Amino acid sequence: MTARVGVVLFPGTNCEHDVVWAVERLGGSAEILWHGDATSRGVDAVVIPGGFAHGDYLRTGAIARFSPVMEAVRAHADSGGPVVGICNGFQILTEAGLLPGALQKNAGLQFICRTVELRVETNTTVLTGRAEVGRVLRVPINHFEGNYVCDPGTLSELRDNDRVVLRYLHNPNGSLDDIAGICNEGRNVVGLMPHPERASEAILGSSDGAVLLHSLLDASRQVARPAR
Amino acid sequence: MPAYAVRVDVTHLPGILDPAGATVERALPALGYGNVSQLRIGKSIQLIVEAPDPEAARAQVDEMCRRILANPVIEAYEIGVTGLVR
Repeated sequence: MTARVGVVLFPGTNCEHDVVWAVERLGGSAEILWHGDATSRGVDAVVIPGGFAHGDYLRTGAIARFSPVMEAVRAHADSGGPVVGICNGFQILTEAGLLPGALQKNAGLQFICRTVELRVETNTTVLTGRAEVGRVLRVPINHFEGNYVCDPGTLSELRDNDRVVLRYLHNPNGSLDDIAGICNEGRNVVGLMPHPERASEAILGSSDGAVLLHSLLDASRQVARPAR
Repeated sequence: MPAYAVRVDVTHLPGILDPAGATVERALPALGYGNVSQLRIGKSIQLIVEAPDPEAARAQVDEMCRRILANPVIEAYEIGVTGLVR
């Protein structure tokens, strides 16, 4: 069965077609979910892609969190469905409270757009099921606010429960504990700053992101959720 | 129903990067103001709220701050009810 992936589109999102392209190329089917529609249309997985949702006004992700589609995304997550937020999508998931912490401005105060090395820290999440722990992936980042921050209690909780999904080998942005991606308690909601869809085939310079998207497609097929 | 002018000042928590503040702070000595430190630039949000009394206006804006106007992970906020507008 082909996994159906919904890719959320807010005004200001700009990576939705890249995600659709990568998902379809890797054997999934993808469809756009408009932010103003309060439904996830029964998709198996939801990806919140990168960009500048609602212009990032007030704070990154602050307004997007209240878009009608987000209630459906929350319900999908609550029922165990895979939800992945990439870059601005990660920022939106933290603002929505689906993931803890926040993303502040990069240390060094530069917008960073380059390929970085990531270490896979756990393979028991919807985004890393196919990856081996310790494997190093070359995936691009493209952000100004990717510097992960949370309170000490939250950091211990993330560490103690194996919820740091990806770490930077060479921290580019000042992120606490080199964190590049984390997951929720149920391990079905993952947020990450790097863009796996931009490293999903050799012509892009790296295909290391494909293992992450393949993992998501696997997880999408496996999740048995009530029909809606 | 009376209406109150309310102002919310949102600032970065200590330890959170404030590039605008840091840049301005570095510029001030060039103008001869060498005695300035800890300059922080935040956001000022102004709104008019209809409410039975100033306490009710403040309580409602406090709720708005917790829900959207500020992010408690990285920001602090201060609310001032500045006056009755009608």
